[in-house]
Amino acid sequence: MASNTHQTADAAHGGADAAGMPQLDFSTFGNQIFWLVVTLVVIYFVLTKIALPRIEAVLSERRGTITSDLAAAEDLKQKAVEAEEAYNKALADARAEANKIVAEARAEIQGEVDAAAAKADAEIAAKAAESEAAIAEIRAGAVDSVKAVAKDAAKEILATMGYKADAKSITAAVNARMKG
Amino acid sequence: MRKTRKMPQKKRVTDVADQSAKQGGGPVIKIAFFVVLALVLISGLIFAPEHPGLAIHPMDQFEIKPLFGGDHLGTFTPTNQTLWMVLAIVGIVLLLVVGSRGRAIVPTRGQSLAELAYGFVYKMVEDVAGKDAVKYFPGIMTLFMFILFANFLGLIPTSFTATSHIAVTAVLALIVFVFVTVLGFVKNGMGFLGLFWVSAAPLPLRPVLAIIELISYFVRPVSHSIRLAGNVMAGHAVIKVFAGFAAALGVFSFLPILAISAVYALEVLVAFIQAYVFTILTCVYLKDALHPSH
Repeated sequence: MASNTHQTADAAHGGADAAGMPQLDFSTFGNQIFWLVVTLVVIYFVLTKIALPRIEAVLSERRGTITSDLAAAEDLKQKAVEAEEAYNKALADARAEANKIVAEARAEIQGEVDAAAAKADAEIAAKAAESEAAIAEIRAGAVDSVKAVAKDAAKEILATMGYKADAKSITAAVNARMKG
Repeated sequence: MRKTRKMPQKKRVTDVADQSAKQGGGPVIKIAFFVVLALVLISGLIFAPEHPGLAIHPMDQFEIKPLFGGDHLGTFTPTNQTLWMVLAIVGIVLLLVVGSRGRAIVPTRGQSLAELAYGFVYKMVEDVAGKDAVKYFPGIMTLFMFILFANFLGLIPTSFTATSHIAVTAVLALIVFVFVTVLGFVKNGMGFLGLFWVSAAPLPLRPVLAIIELISYFVRPVSHSIRLAGNVMAGHAVIKVFAGFAAALGVFSFLPILAISAVYALEVLVAFIQAYVFTILTCVYLKDALHPSH
Protein backbone atom coordinates (compact mmCIF):
# COMPACT_ATOMS: atom_id res chain seq x y z
CA MET A 1 0.00 0.00 0.00
CA ALA A 2 2.80 2.30 0.94
CA SER A 3 4.53 1.69 -2.36
CA ASN A 4 1.22 2.23 -4.13
CA THR A 5 0.73 5.67 -2.64
CA HIS A 6 4.37 6.41 -3.34
CA GLN A 7 3.86 5.40 -6.97
CA THR A 8 0.74 7.49 -7.38
CA ALA A 9 2.54 10.41 -5.82
CA ASP A 10 5.42 9.85 -8.23
CA ALA A 11 3.02 9.54 -11.12
CA ALA A 12 1.38 12.78 -10.14
CA HIS A 13 4.79 14.38 -9.91
CA GLY A 14 5.80 12.96 -13.30
CA GLY A 15 2.45 13.91 -14.78
CA ALA A 16 2.94 17.48 -13.69
CA ASP A 17 6.34 17.38 -15.36
CA ALA A 18 5.72 15.65 -18.66
CA ALA A 19 2.09 14.76 -19.24
CA GLY A 20 2.46 11.22 -17.80
CA MET A 21 5.32 10.17 -20.05
CA PRO A 22 8.67 10.01 -18.26
CA GLN A 23 10.22 9.76 -21.74
CA LEU A 24 9.27 13.36 -22.40
CA ASP A 25 10.61 14.70 -19.11
CA PHE A 26 13.37 16.84 -20.58
CA SER A 27 14.96 17.49 -17.20
CA THR A 28 16.36 13.95 -17.23
CA PHE A 29 17.78 14.12 -20.77
CA GLY A 30 21.17 15.50 -19.77
CA ASN A 31 21.62 12.77 -17.22
CA GLN A 32 20.48 10.05 -19.63
CA ILE A 33 22.71 11.24 -22.44
CA PHE A 34 25.72 11.54 -20.15
CA TRP A 35 25.38 8.00 -18.81
CA LEU A 36 24.55 6.59 -22.25
CA VAL A 37 27.70 8.09 -23.73
CA VAL A 38 29.75 6.74 -20.81
CA THR A 39 28.20 3.29 -21.34
CA LEU A 40 28.81 3.32 -25.08
CA VAL A 41 32.42 4.43 -24.66
CA VAL A 42 33.05 1.69 -22.11
CA ILE A 43 31.45 -0.96 -24.33
CA TYR A 44 33.37 0.31 -27.35
CA PHE A 45 36.69 0.08 -25.51
CA VAL A 46 35.93 -3.33 -24.05
CA LEU A 47 35.03 -4.59 -27.52
CA THR A 48 37.90 -3.03 -29.47
CA LYS A 49 40.62 -3.66 -26.87
CA ILE A 50 39.70 -7.11 -25.58
CA ALA A 51 36.70 -8.94 -26.95
CA LEU A 52 36.76 -8.48 -30.71
CA PRO A 53 40.52 -9.02 -31.29
CA ARG A 54 40.37 -12.13 -29.16
CA ILE A 55 37.36 -13.62 -30.96
CA GLU A 56 38.86 -12.63 -34.32
CA ALA A 57 42.12 -14.36 -33.36
CA VAL A 58 40.26 -17.51 -32.29
CA LEU A 59 38.23 -17.57 -35.49
CA SER A 60 41.21 -17.03 -37.77
CA GLU A 61 43.20 -19.60 -35.84
CA ARG A 62 40.38 -22.07 -36.31
CA ARG A 63 40.20 -21.23 -40.02
CA GLY A 64 43.97 -21.80 -40.24
CA THR A 65 43.73 -25.10 -38.40
CA ILE A 66 40.91 -26.29 -40.62
CA THR A 67 42.75 -25.22 -43.78
CA SER A 68 45.98 -26.90 -42.74
CA ASP A 69 44.10 -30.02 -41.67
CA LEU A 70 42.37 -30.13 -45.03
CA ALA A 71 45.71 -29.65 -46.79
CA ALA A 72 47.22 -32.46 -44.71
CA ALA A 73 44.26 -34.67 -45.55
CA GLU A 74 44.69 -33.86 -49.25
CA ASP A 75 48.39 -34.65 -48.93
CA LEU A 76 47.70 -37.98 -47.25
CA LYS A 77 45.12 -38.82 -49.88
CA GLN A 78 47.69 -38.09 -52.61
CA LYS A 79 50.16 -40.31 -50.81
CA ALA A 80 47.61 -43.09 -50.57
CA VAL A 81 46.93 -42.82 -54.30
CA GLU A 82 50.67 -42.93 -55.00
CA ALA A 83 51.10 -45.93 -52.72
CA GLU A 84 48.29 -47.71 -54.50
CA GLU A 85 49.88 -46.96 -57.86
CA ALA A 86 53.24 -48.24 -56.63
CA TYR A 87 51.54 -51.35 -55.31
CA ASN A 88 49.78 -51.96 -58.62
CA LYS A 89 53.00 -51.38 -60.51
CA ALA A 90 54.90 -53.80 -58.25
CA LEU A 91 52.14 -56.32 -58.71
CA ALA A 92 52.27 -56.00 -62.49
CA ASP A 93 56.08 -56.22 -62.44
CA ALA A 94 55.96 -59.32 -60.28
CA ARG A 95 53.42 -60.88 -62.59
CA ALA A 96 55.53 -60.12 -65.66
CA GLU A 97 58.62 -61.48 -63.91
CA ALA A 98 56.75 -64.62 -62.95
CA ASN A 99 55.55 -65.07 -66.53
CA LYS A 100 59.08 -64.58 -67.76
CA ILE A 101 60.44 -67.15 -65.32
CA VAL A 102 57.72 -69.59 -66.26
CA ALA A 103 58.51 -69.12 -69.97
CA GLU A 104 62.21 -69.56 -69.34
CA ALA A 105 61.64 -72.67 -67.29
CA ARG A 106 59.31 -74.00 -69.92
CA ALA A 107 61.90 -73.31 -72.66
CA GLU A 108 64.62 -74.96 -70.62
CA ILE A 109 62.51 -77.99 -69.92
CA GLN A 110 61.53 -78.13 -73.58
CA GLY A 111 65.19 -78.01 -74.52
CA GLU A 112 66.01 -80.81 -72.12
CA VAL A 113 63.10 -82.85 -73.35
CA ASP A 114 64.17 -82.27 -76.95
CA ALA A 115 67.75 -83.23 -76.17
CA ALA A 116 66.63 -86.36 -74.35
CA ALA A 117 64.32 -87.25 -77.22
CA ALA A 118 67.10 -86.72 -79.76
CA LYS A 119 69.44 -88.84 -77.71
CA ALA A 120 66.82 -91.52 -77.37
CA ASP A 121 66.15 -91.35 -81.11
CA ALA A 122 69.85 -91.68 -81.82
CA GLU A 123 70.12 -94.62 -79.47
CA ILE A 124 67.10 -96.21 -81.03
CA ALA A 125 68.52 -95.63 -84.48
CA ALA A 126 71.86 -97.14 -83.38
CA LYS A 127 70.08 -100.12 -81.90
CA ALA A 128 67.98 -100.52 -85.01
CA ALA A 129 71.09 -100.33 -87.23
CA GLU A 130 72.83 -102.84 -85.04
CA SER A 131 69.82 -105.13 -85.13
CA GLU A 132 69.59 -104.76 -88.91
CA ALA A 133 73.25 -105.63 -89.21
CA ALA A 134 72.68 -108.64 -87.01
CA ILE A 135 69.64 -109.57 -89.06
CA ALA A 136 71.64 -109.16 -92.32
CA GLU A 137 74.38 -111.25 -90.87
CA ILE A 138 71.94 -113.86 -89.79
CA ARG A 139 70.31 -113.72 -93.21
CA ALA A 140 73.70 -114.08 -94.89
CA GLY A 141 74.48 -116.90 -92.52
CA ALA A 142 71.18 -118.51 -93.41
CA VAL A 143 71.91 -118.29 -97.17
CA ASP A 144 75.30 -119.89 -96.67
CA SER A 145 73.72 -122.62 -94.60
CA VAL A 146 71.06 -123.13 -97.23
CA LYS A 147 73.88 -123.38 -99.81
CA ALA A 148 75.72 -125.93 -97.73
CA VAL A 149 72.53 -127.88 -97.04
CA ALA A 150 71.57 -127.74 -100.75
CA LYS A 151 75.08 -128.99 -101.79
CA ASP A 152 74.97 -131.70 -99.22
CA ALA A 153 71.43 -132.64 -100.16
CA ALA A 154 72.25 -132.60 -103.90
CA LYS A 155 75.39 -134.75 -103.33
CA GLU A 156 73.43 -137.18 -101.19
CA ILE A 157 70.60 -137.35 -103.74
CA LEU A 158 73.13 -137.97 -106.59
CA ALA A 159 74.90 -140.58 -104.53
CA THR A 160 71.68 -142.34 -103.81
CA MET A 161 70.73 -142.34 -107.46
CA GLY A 162 74.09 -143.89 -108.27
CA TYR A 163 75.79 -140.95 -109.87
CA LYS A 164 79.07 -139.71 -108.88
CA ALA A 165 79.61 -136.03 -109.08
CA ASP A 166 82.48 -133.87 -107.95
CA ALA A 167 82.01 -131.19 -105.44
CA LYS A 168 82.90 -128.40 -107.84
CA SER A 169 80.12 -128.97 -110.35
CA ILE A 170 77.58 -129.41 -107.58
CA THR A 171 78.55 -126.12 -106.01
CA ALA A 172 78.33 -124.35 -109.35
CA ALA A 173 74.94 -125.91 -110.04
CA VAL A 174 73.60 -124.93 -106.61
CA ASN A 175 74.95 -121.39 -106.94
CA ALA A 176 73.36 -121.11 -110.35
CA ARG A 177 70.03 -122.32 -109.00
CA MET A 178 70.07 -120.04 -106.00
CA LYS A 179 70.75 -117.01 -108.09
CA GLY A 180 67.99 -117.51 -110.27
CA MET B 1 4.49 -50.38 -58.92
CA ARG B 2 6.37 -51.22 -55.81
CA LYS B 3 6.64 -47.61 -54.81
CA THR B 4 2.93 -47.02 -54.95
CA ARG B 5 2.36 -50.05 -52.81
CA LYS B 6 4.96 -49.01 -50.29
CA MET B 7 3.81 -45.43 -49.81
CA PRO B 8 0.48 -46.05 -48.05
CA GLN B 9 2.19 -48.47 -45.73
CA LYS B 10 4.71 -45.89 -44.68
CA LYS B 11 2.03 -43.30 -44.22
CA ARG B 12 0.04 -45.61 -42.02
CA VAL B 13 3.10 -46.22 -39.86
CA THR B 14 3.69 -42.49 -39.36
CA ASP B 15 -0.01 -41.96 -38.70
CA VAL B 16 0.09 -44.57 -35.97
CA ALA B 17 3.18 -42.92 -34.51
CA ASP B 18 1.44 -39.54 -34.58
CA GLN B 19 -1.58 -40.94 -32.83
CA SER B 20 0.47 -42.59 -30.13
CA ALA B 21 2.41 -39.35 -29.62
CA LYS B 22 -0.84 -37.43 -29.32
CA GLN B 23 -2.23 -39.96 -26.89
CA GLY B 24 1.00 -39.87 -24.88
CA GLY B 25 1.56 -36.10 -25.02
CA GLY B 26 -2.04 -34.90 -24.77
CA PRO B 27 -2.86 -35.73 -21.17
CA VAL B 28 0.51 -34.50 -19.91
CA ILE B 29 0.01 -31.10 -21.53
CA LYS B 30 -3.56 -30.93 -20.29
CA ILE B 31 -2.54 -31.83 -16.75
CA ALA B 32 0.26 -29.26 -16.81
CA PHE B 33 -2.17 -26.65 -18.09
CA PHE B 34 -4.66 -27.31 -15.31
CA VAL B 35 -1.93 -27.37 -12.66
CA VAL B 36 -0.70 -23.97 -13.80
CA LEU B 37 -4.23 -22.66 -13.89
CA ALA B 38 -4.87 -23.90 -10.35
CA LEU B 39 -1.64 -22.30 -9.11
CA VAL B 40 -2.59 -19.01 -10.73
CA LEU B 41 -6.07 -19.15 -9.20
CA ILE B 42 -4.77 -19.97 -5.73
CA SER B 43 -2.10 -17.29 -5.88
CA GLY B 44 -4.76 -14.87 -7.11
CA LEU B 45 -6.84 -15.65 -4.02
CA ILE B 46 -3.90 -15.40 -1.63
CA PHE B 47 -2.27 -12.27 -2.99
CA ALA B 48 -5.43 -10.44 -3.99
CA PRO B 49 -5.38 -6.80 -2.86
CA GLU B 50 -7.72 -6.00 0.00
CA HIS B 51 -9.39 -3.27 -1.98
CA PRO B 52 -9.55 -4.43 -5.57
CA GLY B 53 -9.67 -1.57 -7.98
CA LEU B 54 -8.13 -0.39 -11.17
CA ALA B 55 -4.62 0.82 -10.38
CA ILE B 56 -3.07 1.08 -13.80
CA HIS B 57 0.12 3.07 -13.97
CA PRO B 58 1.78 1.72 -17.08
CA MET B 59 4.27 4.57 -17.37
CA ASP B 60 5.62 4.41 -13.81
CA GLN B 61 8.14 1.78 -14.83
CA PHE B 62 9.87 4.26 -17.12
CA GLU B 63 10.46 6.83 -14.42
CA ILE B 64 14.04 7.84 -13.85
CA LYS B 65 14.95 8.09 -10.17
CA PRO B 66 18.25 8.76 -8.44
CA LEU B 67 19.75 5.40 -7.51
CA PHE B 68 20.83 6.35 -3.96
CA GLY B 69 17.72 8.23 -2.90
CA GLY B 70 17.17 11.95 -2.79
CA ASP B 71 15.10 14.09 -5.10
CA HIS B 72 17.78 16.01 -6.89
CA LEU B 73 18.62 14.72 -10.37
CA GLY B 74 21.78 16.35 -11.69
CA THR B 75 23.58 15.48 -14.90
CA PHE B 76 25.99 13.11 -13.18
CA THR B 77 23.61 11.55 -10.64
CA PRO B 78 23.60 7.75 -10.97
CA THR B 79 20.01 6.66 -11.64
CA ASN B 80 18.13 3.41 -11.97
CA GLN B 81 18.78 3.76 -15.70
CA THR B 82 22.51 4.06 -15.01
CA LEU B 83 22.36 0.86 -12.97
CA TRP B 84 20.81 -1.12 -15.81
CA MET B 85 23.20 0.33 -18.36
CA VAL B 86 26.07 -0.79 -16.14
CA LEU B 87 24.45 -4.21 -15.90
CA ALA B 88 24.30 -4.25 -19.71
CA ILE B 89 28.05 -3.60 -19.75
CA VAL B 90 28.51 -6.43 -17.26
CA GLY B 91 26.42 -8.73 -19.44
CA ILE B 92 28.40 -7.83 -22.55
CA VAL B 93 31.68 -8.40 -20.71
CA LEU B 94 30.41 -11.75 -19.43
CA LEU B 95 29.33 -12.84 -22.90
CA LEU B 96 32.16 -11.55 -25.07
CA VAL B 97 35.16 -11.34 -22.73
CA VAL B 98 34.59 -14.00 -20.06
CA GLY B 99 32.88 -16.27 -22.59
CA SER B 100 35.85 -16.19 -24.96
CA ARG B 101 38.62 -16.40 -22.32
CA GLY B 102 39.37 -20.05 -23.21
CA ARG B 103 40.41 -19.14 -26.78
CA ALA B 104 39.75 -22.77 -27.63
CA ILE B 105 39.91 -24.13 -31.17
CA VAL B 106 36.94 -26.29 -30.25
CA PRO B 107 34.76 -23.75 -28.43
CA THR B 108 32.92 -24.17 -25.16
CA ARG B 109 29.26 -23.18 -24.93
CA GLY B 110 30.04 -19.65 -23.78
CA GLN B 111 32.64 -19.15 -26.45
CA SER B 112 30.24 -20.46 -29.10
CA LEU B 113 27.73 -17.80 -28.06
CA ALA B 114 30.38 -15.08 -28.21
CA GLU B 115 31.49 -16.27 -31.65
CA LEU B 116 27.86 -16.51 -32.75
CA ALA B 117 27.23 -12.87 -31.78
CA TYR B 118 30.47 -11.79 -33.46
CA GLY B 119 29.76 -13.73 -36.65
CA PHE B 120 26.14 -12.56 -36.76
CA VAL B 121 27.00 -8.85 -36.73
CA TYR B 122 30.17 -9.24 -38.80
CA LYS B 123 28.30 -11.04 -41.56
CA MET B 124 25.53 -8.47 -41.44
CA VAL B 125 28.01 -5.61 -41.89
CA GLU B 126 29.83 -7.45 -44.66
CA ASP B 127 26.67 -8.49 -46.53
CA VAL B 128 24.65 -5.30 -46.18
CA ALA B 129 27.25 -2.52 -46.10
CA GLY B 130 29.98 -4.18 -48.13
CA LYS B 131 33.54 -5.32 -47.55
CA ASP B 132 34.92 -1.79 -47.11
CA ALA B 133 32.51 -1.19 -44.22
CA VAL B 134 34.16 -3.88 -42.13
CA LYS B 135 36.43 -1.34 -40.43
CA TYR B 136 33.34 0.23 -38.82
CA PHE B 137 32.30 -3.17 -37.47
CA PRO B 138 33.34 -2.50 -33.83
CA GLY B 139 31.06 0.54 -33.65
CA ILE B 140 28.11 -1.35 -35.09
CA MET B 141 28.85 -4.27 -32.77
CA THR B 142 28.80 -1.79 -29.85
CA LEU B 143 25.37 -0.52 -30.88
CA PHE B 144 23.98 -4.01 -31.40
CA MET B 145 25.27 -5.44 -28.14
CA PHE B 146 24.11 -2.41 -26.12
CA ILE B 147 20.58 -2.46 -27.57
CA LEU B 148 20.33 -6.24 -27.30
CA PHE B 149 21.37 -6.31 -23.67
CA ALA B 150 19.33 -3.25 -22.70
CA ASN B 151 16.25 -4.83 -24.32
CA PHE B 152 16.70 -8.24 -22.72
CA LEU B 153 17.64 -6.92 -19.28
CA GLY B 154 14.54 -4.74 -19.48
CA LEU B 155 12.45 -7.91 -19.75
CA ILE B 156 13.42 -8.92 -16.20
CA PRO B 157 10.44 -7.99 -14.01
CA THR B 158 10.93 -4.78 -11.99
CA SER B 159 14.01 -3.88 -14.01
CA PHE B 160 14.48 -0.72 -16.04
CA THR B 161 14.67 -0.62 -19.84
CA ALA B 162 17.19 1.94 -21.03
CA THR B 163 16.10 1.61 -24.66
CA SER B 164 12.51 2.56 -23.81
CA HIS B 165 13.65 6.17 -23.49
CA ILE B 166 13.58 8.34 -26.55
CA ALA B 167 16.58 10.29 -25.22
CA VAL B 168 18.69 7.13 -25.38
CA THR B 169 17.52 5.90 -28.78
CA ALA B 170 17.67 9.41 -30.23
CA VAL B 171 21.30 9.72 -29.19
CA LEU B 172 22.04 6.32 -30.74
CA ALA B 173 20.27 7.29 -33.95
CA LEU B 174 21.97 10.70 -34.05
CA ILE B 175 25.38 9.14 -33.58
CA VAL B 176 24.65 6.93 -36.58
CA PHE B 177 23.17 9.81 -38.60
CA VAL B 178 25.99 12.28 -37.97
CA PHE B 179 28.68 9.66 -38.43
CA VAL B 180 27.19 8.38 -41.68
CA THR B 181 26.63 11.87 -43.10
CA VAL B 182 30.14 13.07 -42.25
CA LEU B 183 31.61 9.83 -43.58
CA GLY B 184 29.62 10.21 -46.79
CA PHE B 185 31.02 13.68 -47.44
CA VAL B 186 34.56 12.71 -46.41
CA LYS B 187 34.59 9.64 -48.65
CA ASN B 188 32.74 11.02 -51.67
CA GLY B 189 32.99 14.79 -51.34
CA MET B 190 30.12 16.48 -53.13
CA GLY B 191 29.49 13.17 -54.90
CA PHE B 192 27.60 12.18 -51.76
CA LEU B 193 24.80 14.49 -52.92
CA GLY B 194 24.30 12.01 -55.77
CA LEU B 195 22.36 10.04 -53.19
CA PHE B 196 19.55 12.57 -53.63
CA TRP B 197 19.84 12.92 -57.40
CA VAL B 198 18.05 9.87 -58.81
CA SER B 199 19.83 9.50 -62.14
CA ALA B 200 17.57 6.61 -63.13
CA ALA B 201 14.50 8.88 -63.21
CA PRO B 202 13.55 11.18 -66.11
CA LEU B 203 15.21 14.60 -65.84
CA PRO B 204 12.10 16.73 -65.08
CA LEU B 205 11.22 14.45 -62.16
CA ARG B 206 14.65 14.56 -60.57
CA PRO B 207 14.28 17.84 -58.60
CA VAL B 208 11.00 16.60 -57.11
CA LEU B 209 12.58 13.28 -56.22
CA ALA B 210 15.58 15.09 -54.77
CA ILE B 211 13.30 16.97 -52.35
CA ILE B 212 11.56 13.75 -51.36
CA GLU B 213 14.89 11.96 -50.94
CA LEU B 214 16.24 14.84 -48.85
CA ILE B 215 13.20 14.80 -46.56
CA SER B 216 13.36 11.03 -46.18
CA TYR B 217 17.07 11.30 -45.39
CA PHE B 218 16.41 13.69 -42.53
CA VAL B 219 13.49 11.62 -41.27
CA ARG B 220 15.84 8.64 -40.94
CA PRO B 221 17.13 9.41 -37.43
CA VAL B 222 13.58 10.13 -36.24
CA SER B 223 12.15 6.83 -37.46
CA HIS B 224 15.34 5.04 -36.48
CA SER B 225 15.04 6.13 -32.85
CA ILE B 226 11.27 6.15 -32.39
CA ARG B 227 10.93 2.66 -33.88
CA LEU B 228 13.14 1.19 -31.16
CA ALA B 229 11.89 3.22 -28.20
CA GLY B 230 8.27 2.92 -29.32
CA ASN B 231 8.34 -0.85 -29.71
CA VAL B 232 10.02 -1.44 -26.39
CA MET B 233 7.89 1.09 -24.50
CA ALA B 234 4.61 -0.14 -25.97
CA GLY B 235 5.28 -3.76 -25.06
CA HIS B 236 6.22 -2.92 -21.50
CA ALA B 237 3.24 -0.62 -21.10
CA VAL B 238 0.85 -3.30 -22.41
CA ILE B 239 2.22 -5.80 -19.91
CA LYS B 240 1.74 -3.27 -17.14
CA VAL B 241 -1.83 -2.53 -18.21
CA PHE B 242 -2.68 -6.23 -18.13
CA ALA B 243 -1.02 -6.43 -14.72
CA GLY B 244 -3.37 -3.67 -13.56
CA PHE B 245 -6.34 -5.70 -14.82
CA ALA B 246 -5.01 -8.75 -12.97
CA ALA B 247 -4.98 -6.77 -9.74
CA ALA B 248 -8.57 -5.68 -10.28
CA LEU B 249 -10.18 -8.93 -11.42
CA GLY B 250 -9.61 -11.02 -8.25
CA VAL B 251 -10.47 -14.66 -8.99
CA PHE B 252 -10.38 -14.11 -12.72
CA SER B 253 -6.92 -12.60 -12.59
CA PHE B 254 -5.60 -15.67 -14.41
CA LEU B 255 -7.01 -14.31 -17.67
CA PRO B 256 -4.79 -11.21 -17.84
CA ILE B 257 -1.91 -13.23 -16.40
CA LEU B 258 -2.16 -15.64 -19.34
CA ALA B 259 -2.31 -12.64 -21.65
CA ILE B 260 0.80 -11.22 -19.97
CA SER B 261 2.60 -14.53 -20.62
CA ALA B 262 1.69 -14.30 -24.30
CA VAL B 263 2.72 -10.65 -24.58
CA TYR B 264 5.94 -11.42 -22.74
CA ALA B 265 6.79 -14.13 -25.27
CA LEU B 266 6.16 -11.59 -28.02
CA GLU B 267 8.35 -9.08 -26.19
CA VAL B 268 11.24 -11.53 -26.09
CA LEU B 269 10.96 -11.71 -29.86
CA VAL B 270 10.65 -7.93 -30.18
CA ALA B 271 13.70 -7.38 -27.95
CA PHE B 272 15.88 -9.27 -30.42
CA ILE B 273 14.18 -8.10 -33.60
CA GLN B 274 14.41 -4.42 -32.69
CA ALA B 275 18.12 -4.73 -31.91
CA TYR B 276 18.52 -6.51 -35.24
CA VAL B 277 16.48 -3.91 -37.14
CA PHE B 278 18.38 -1.00 -35.62
CA THR B 279 21.69 -2.61 -36.55
CA ILE B 280 20.73 -3.58 -40.08
CA LEU B 281 19.39 -0.08 -40.76
CA THR B 282 22.70 1.30 -39.52
CA CYS B 283 24.41 -0.96 -42.04
CA VAL B 284 22.09 0.23 -44.80
CA TYR B 285 22.83 3.89 -43.98
CA LEU B 286 26.53 3.09 -43.89
CA LYS B 287 26.27 1.51 -47.32
CA ASP B 288 24.58 4.68 -48.62
CA ALA B 289 27.46 6.73 -47.24
CA LEU B 290 30.13 4.52 -48.81
CA HIS B 291 28.36 3.98 -52.15
CA PRO B 292 25.96 6.89 -52.65
CA SER B 293 25.16 6.13 -56.30
CA HIS B 294 21.84 4.40 -56.78
